[in-house]
Amino acid sequence: MDILFLLVPMSVVLALLVIGVFAWALNGGQFDDIEREGVRILLDADQSPRSGVDVHQGSAQHGLEQSA
Amino acid sequence: MTSSIASSPPYDDDAVRGFTVMSVVWGIVGMAVGLFIAAQLAWPQLNFGIPWLSYGRLRPLHTNAVIFAFGGSALFATSYYVVQRTCQVALFLPKLANFTFWGWQAVIVAAAISLPLGYTQGKEYAELEWPIDLLIAVVWVSYAIVFFGTIGKRKVRHIYVANWFFGAFILTVALLHIVNSAAIPAGWMKSYSAYAGVQDAMVQWWYGHNAVGFFLTAGFLGMMYYFIPKQAERPVYSYRLSIVHFWALIFTYMWAGPHHLHYTALPDWAQSIGMLFSLILLAPSWGGMINGIMTLSGAWHKLRDDPILKFLIVSLSFYGMSTFEGPMMSIKTVNALSHYTDWTVGHVHSGALGWVGLVSMGCLYFLIPRMFGRKQMHSVPAINLHFWIATIGIVLYIAAMWIAGVMQGLMWRAVNADGTLAYSFVESVKATYPFYVIRFMGGLLYLAGMFVMAWNTWMTATAGRRVPASPLAATAAA
Repeated sequence: MDILFLLVPMSVVLALLVIGVFAWALNGGQFDDIEREGVRILLDADQSPRSGVDVHQGSAQHGLEQSA
Repeated sequence: MTSSIASSPPYDDDAVRGFTVMSVVWGIVGMAVGLFIAAQLAWPQLNFGIPWLSYGRLRPLHTNAVIFAFGGSALFATSYYVVQRTCQVALFLPKLANFTFWGWQAVIVAAAISLPLGYTQGKEYAELEWPIDLLIAVVWVSYAIVFFGTIGKRKVRHIYVANWFFGAFILTVALLHIVNSAAIPAGWMKSYSAYAGVQDAMVQWWYGHNAVGFFLTAGFLGMMYYFIPKQAERPVYSYRLSIVHFWALIFTYMWAGPHHLHYTALPDWAQSIGMLFSLILLAPSWGGMINGIMTLSGAWHKLRDDPILKFLIVSLSFYGMSTFEGPMMSIKTVNALSHYTDWTVGHVHSGALGWVGLVSMGCLYFLIPRMFGRKQMHSVPAINLHFWIATIGIVLYIAAMWIAGVMQGLMWRAVNADGTLAYSFVESVKATYPFYVIRFMGGLLYLAGMFVMAWNTWMTATAGRRVPASPLAATAAA
């Protein structure tokens, strides 16, 4: 099973990278004020000016108040 | 946060529009090939003695088309759409994004030509020969640059959870493709794998299962986490849970590959690791399912009238089913019965048609009108019709394969009192025939649903041109 000499070190490096990215996210404030981030996508404008359609969701305000 | 058309950033949606439309096209092509090969299993005369219509050559065309052409296009479209809007910024290097569109179409066309001609590396979901593999690598690296570059220039500090799923999918697929496709060329369309024997099998199924876990699961969970909240107009049920299950999922998926190799020459301890991690995987998978479905908490009534939500929520039910069935089939004792039977095919298609297919359709029905300046599809009843046709098709398909698979497994292991086998192999083939016919009918329904979608897409895309050029009519069309 010589392939393990490739797969195991590669998996360990990968796992360390994943832990590193998680640490970066944690320290970078990615997990601050979590619930508000979930609602944010409902508040923003989705359309670029030329299409002329505004899909701003009014009911998202209700969702924001519920989670606050 | 108010929004007005004047203040929203101009997004680069050319590639989004292209991939959105091509998802529908490739879905029809890939599923039609699937239907044809399903027919060949029931009626082998349909091979016609022509090499490039033979089952062996068309099967990889089907798998590559539905996974990479249909699924891949849907992932490109949605990830480019979502990353811009969640980061409140236009795409990084939009011309490179357009290159990824044309490059990906070139990969698909190259596959459609080379696979029926018999050029294959013989590795499942990685059959394409080395020149095409190189093109895939170039397109994929470009994709990563566009996607992560866009995140890099985001105006919102927080990276929305969907982007984590998309990002993980993009990075792992790059790694998987490069490692598994390593080969030594021996001609323009001929190569030999860098690995051999059971070691090659291990690399292949490390790739194969992670293709399922990251391409077909993580990527589409990214879609789900944006489009279900948007369509339901409610935030994700538990944003905290979405982060927890993301990290748990990406950690555990990497180790499940050996469950494809139970009772083969792979060492026993490797098989046991695969079984163990596959069972553990049930928890983070169901975390995602629960999170998505419960987003409708307090808004279940919307399911009655919104067929897009039907697609999205039912897709999660199939996701839950498949991520329960998978771990069960990873148990060695169960696998001893299911391996090499049609139960595996049933499992694959419950995940592919039920989860991947339906979630893609739901998201595409959200995207298509917006890509053509409309508020919704030309015909909402037609979305509903598609939903019901597709769901009935799925149920016929998987039920037929479950029954066939368990029957095959039992027939193959049945022994007489003196220890000899009770059935010859061909007897199990004969017994499977009616289930192949039922499966064909299920697939026919599923494909028919795609034609309804194609019609609806055409009507939606061409609606602007059909409106007469008067001011009143122009306002009505917007």
